[in-house]
Amino acid sequence: MEPSDWLTLILYLAALALLTKPLGILMVAVLEGGGGRPWDRILKPLEILTGRLTGTDPRAGQTWLGYTKSILAFSFCGFLLTFFLLGFQGLLPLNPSHFPGPGPDLAFNTTVSYLTNTDWQSYGGESSLSHLSQMVALTYHNFTSAAVGMAVAAALVRGITRGPGATVGNFWNDLVRVTCLILLPASLVLSVLLASQGVIQNFDPPTRAATLEGREQIMAQGPVASQAAIKILGTNGGGFMRANAAHPFENPTALGNFLQMLAIPALGSGLTHYLGRMSGNQAHGWAVWTAMICLLVSAVVICASSEAAGNPIHHQLGIARAEGNMEGKEVRFGIFHSALFASLTAAASCGAVNCLHDSFTPVGGLVPLFLIDLGEVVIGGAGAGLYGMLVFVILTVFIAGLMVGRTPEYLGKKIGAAEIRLAVIALLTPTGTILVFTALASVSRWGLEGPGNPGPHGLTEILYAYSSATGNNGSAFAGLATDTPPYNLTLALAMLTGRFLVILPVMAIAGSLAAKQPAPPGAGTFPVDGPTFTVLLLATVLLVGALNFFPVLTLGPIVEHFLMHQGHLF
Amino acid sequence: MAAKSPPPFDLPILTRAAAGAFRKLDPRLMGNNPVMFVTLAGAVLTTLSLGTAGSDRLFVLHLAVWLWFTVLFANFAEALAEGRGKAGAETLRKAREDTMARRRGSHGIEPVPASSLEPGDVVVCEAGDVVPADGEIIEGIASVDESAITGESAPVIRESGGDRSAATGGTRVLSDRLVIRVTSEKGGTFLDRMIAMVEGARRQKTPNEIALTILLSAMTALFLLVCATLKPLGTFSRLDFPLPTLVALMVCLIPTTIGGLLSAIGISGIDRLLRRNVIATSGRAIEAAGDIDVLLLDKTGTITIGNRMASDFRPARGVSELQLADTAQLASLADETPEGRSIVVLAKQRFNLRGRDLTQARATFIPFSARTRMSGVDLEGRCLRKGAADSIKAHIESRSGRFPAEVLRLVETACRNGRTPLVVAEDHRVLGVVELKDVVKGGIRERFAQLRKMGIKTVMITGDNPLTAAAIAAEAGVDDFMAGATPEDKLRRIRSEQAEGRLVAMTGDGTNDAPALAQADVGVAMNTGSQAAREAGNMVDLDSNPTKLIEIVGIGKQILMTRGALTTFSLANDAAKYFAILPAMLVSRFPCIEPLNLMRLSSPQSAILSAVIFNALILVALIPLALKGVPYRPMGAAAVLRRHLLTYGLGGLAAPFAGIKLLDLLVARLLPLS
Repeated sequence: MEPSDWLTLILYLAALALLTKPLGILMVAVLEGGGGRPWDRILKPLEILTGRLTGTDPRAGQTWLGYTKSILAFSFCGFLLTFFLLGFQGLLPLNPSHFPGPGPDLAFNTTVSYLTNTDWQSYGGESSLSHLSQMVALTYHNFTSAAVGMAVAAALVRGITRGPGATVGNFWNDLVRVTCLILLPASLVLSVLLASQGVIQNFDPPTRAATLEGREQIMAQGPVASQAAIKILGTNGGGFMRANAAHPFENPTALGNFLQMLAIPALGSGLTHYLGRMSGNQAHGWAVWTAMICLLVSAVVICASSEAAGNPIHHQLGIARAEGNMEGKEVRFGIFHSALFASLTAAASCGAVNCLHDSFTPVGGLVPLFLIDLGEVVIGGAGAGLYGMLVFVILTVFIAGLMVGRTPEYLGKKIGAAEIRLAVIALLTPTGTILVFTALASVSRWGLEGPGNPGPHGLTEILYAYSSATGNNGSAFAGLATDTPPYNLTLALAMLTGRFLVILPVMAIAGSLAAKQPAPPGAGTFPVDGPTFTVLLLATVLLVGALNFFPVLTLGPIVEHFLMHQGHLF
Repeated sequence: MAAKSPPPFDLPILTRAAAGAFRKLDPRLMGNNPVMFVTLAGAVLTTLSLGTAGSDRLFVLHLAVWLWFTVLFANFAEALAEGRGKAGAETLRKAREDTMARRRGSHGIEPVPASSLEPGDVVVCEAGDVVPADGEIIEGIASVDESAITGESAPVIRESGGDRSAATGGTRVLSDRLVIRVTSEKGGTFLDRMIAMVEGARRQKTPNEIALTILLSAMTALFLLVCATLKPLGTFSRLDFPLPTLVALMVCLIPTTIGGLLSAIGISGIDRLLRRNVIATSGRAIEAAGDIDVLLLDKTGTITIGNRMASDFRPARGVSELQLADTAQLASLADETPEGRSIVVLAKQRFNLRGRDLTQARATFIPFSARTRMSGVDLEGRCLRKGAADSIKAHIESRSGRFPAEVLRLVETACRNGRTPLVVAEDHRVLGVVELKDVVKGGIRERFAQLRKMGIKTVMITGDNPLTAAAIAAEAGVDDFMAGATPEDKLRRIRSEQAEGRLVAMTGDGTNDAPALAQADVGVAMNTGSQAAREAGNMVDLDSNPTKLIEIVGIGKQILMTRGALTTFSLANDAAKYFAILPAMLVSRFPCIEPLNLMRLSSPQSAILSAVIFNALILVALIPLALKGVPYRPMGAAAVLRRHLLTYGLGGLAAPFAGIKLLDLLVARLLPLS
């Protein structure tokens, strides 16, 4: 890494740290604010409408079960909406290129993908979806899936911090408030900023241009800036263009790239401040933030160094530039900005990409893969990152808390058998899903047709796909052909498991903790702030991730790394 | 018995535990412990695959043997922990041998076997009889030999009414005669409960143990999955992993160390408590002791030495000290309370006043009563009284006397100094104040300071007035005190602390303590106390030493710490085991992986075997730690955490690297694997 790279990294982290507090304060105001706020009058009609539609009082608190049922009902309706909008897009307006609807397996995969905040794209956006499909069917989920994630995080934090017998909030109220007061204004600002950098925003049909070689090039047009903003902010990642943020129309400049990188972890980072405020222990919020950032920085440094070192074979042959591995990277971003973007998009469960992860060196590619396999808790998706991390916190508090000689408690709430049972379900279900599907695909005929490369690299491609789907990340390692019914279905199943089989236990934990009487802190209480706790949390996250994935990662990128140094490429 | 618990590792217990290790291989018993059950299944699978092993036969044989050892070592740890208790239970059982009881029925007294007694039956015990069941003494007073239970050979006095009315089955009446109403169900006597507890027969998992078992089971399931999916993933990479190798990897990864020692930790905790002569009715109570936030301690006997002693005479104006001492002595002559006796003694020491025989002097003794709160004597027309200031005041004023202001000041001064003032009056005249002094136990201040470091708040409970209480509280260094406390106040205090989320422990012996003992999260009843108190509490201290509570808290914490430390150690171990086994599994197909063989282990087979042997041996090596508990020093949570993290976290990461390397050197030299 060059000195300028370090400077960029420091600038970047400083900017993120500065954003964290105001965003956290905004979240507390939006999610916990009672009456008397300037925006109350604007929200009033929406609240009445939500109340009518759901037949509930959006101001009344819900139990964890009521909250969870609302999430499931809302998600199911969203699923139906998008599934049919996609399926019938050929008959619907705003389809200047007259694209027909995708097949049922692809429509299912795509719908689930957006519903779960994954945005895995087995399709090419600009070459198969109408403007209506992109703007309504998909962008609707870009907003709501992020809002659902943040609502679940808020419900969990409330369960942890509220007194005995408290409710965990009201889902409909949280959904409306997060969408209207955080996501819409923030993406409006970001899309204008992006448009100022040259990201396109129009409803035109594709531009046909004659190239210098005398051939015809078709350049897709469309409302890109508006979709790019929420794709980034809501950690969705599904680009308007197939090339995503590597496409010059979606991410034209270095400044735009920096803004996008800043927006990816913004909400997740702000949520840690929200946690601190809610728990009345801001140091705890920062301890969690620090643990996340430590993992992120190590990842960035390893990834960037590996990319900068490049491929020894290329160097021997004299075909690569001295500064490292530029294969699959945009010249306007270079190695560091690509490595940083890749680490961020993997860490924060975003999935937008500005370079081709498939073309990274084995260790460079291992970094985003490992970040996803840690459970998308290094900042993680909007809301999903915080609630995932809190599950790790509960586990950390349990194991290490025993060592101080008390029944473990988190912020005064005792961690008992019920919470541990739910926490291990939330942690182990995704891990199991990734391992089982990867193993299944690696020995079945349909699975083996997918990888574009043989050997360990092929295994990495399969592993990355299921990790990305289960982690609700959505970035693709690429090189894997997944638009086949078995891949579409298994990946969709992985996305559903990774989303809802985590949300369910997390909500149950919220309910179980909300019912408990908090114990006041004392000298004998396990401390959840300060460096010791941060190190413990880091160790737990790393140990659980490393222990579960070390074998399969060894068979994939690690073996590939050693083979590369012996002159074998895949 | 309990005090004479067997030494930790004597030969008969070790032999019995070794036999027990094999008995516990019964799959129905192993099912209680998912981690070891999976290990057992792994051992069976490896043994079965011996038939198809081919050239690797010897290697697989060694693996199988060490996997069986792993299971046996874990069983041995549990059997050893139980065995230490069982040896103690033998002694107890002798006390329970079937005795005959004299039951009082409608046709007078009839002899029946003790086993046929039911709650509500009334039995008579005379000198030499063994008390047939637990019960309440309803008539009589007797000296009772309770050594079978407490190990204390000096007989104790048991009597009807009051707080010493509990009779325990298995104890022997030495003199006089007792009539006892049986309160315990058959098989549910104190002695039965003790035996069950000691043997661990009816041991149920504690809440925390359940939570930890869930976590360990989940880890086990996950590692099972990791190893199972490795087979197809290997196929993709054109690697055929043999079953014994996969089993070896799995057994090394699943938390066998903590899984194998978990129940031994719990049982040995109960055993440690027992060796301090405390019987817990459940493991749950011991665990709760570790969580205690507030200790309610009775002042008398816990913080101060038994009883108050008269220390000074403070006469009113116009009264000589001698006159006060003389009157006070007269008023106390018939007072058999320790306070009363101390006044007589002080008067004798100071003024050489001898106790006089008043039986001829037509004296009428007025004993202390809770209503009047005074005692004294009516002697030759003189009405001598001593008592609390307000009751004497009322007494004087009823006789149209005046309570002088300067005596009130004397009373207040005494209170402020932590003394208990007794006002002495003759007829309607106040003579002065006798100061009684509390003696705070030596070393108690340091213990409270330790408790404070552990985050435990101490509250002193006393019937004294607030001023006296404050002075003693300051001297003893407690955090808070409750003055003028009634049993109802205690109960209220416990409830309010609990409502704020704190866990409360207390000791008690009286019947009126029973509700509070039952309400407290940890209620330690004194064995000398009433049957009601012993039933209400969840622990009984056979030594009847209220300070024991502090040790109980320590043991509770130690159990949790030991579990946490071994879990951390167990999980941290996995890193090194991966670096031993994974390269060994892959190196045949990918020789380039050799740099991952961090320990430079000599051969793939030796690497795998060394990891498995390490895994088995570390279990044995940690048995003493599991039985004794991690060393425990009272200090703040943050400091304890850092210390344990360094020892068991970092130690857990590093130890297996060294251990496996060492074993590999031995295995490579000593074991011909092919």
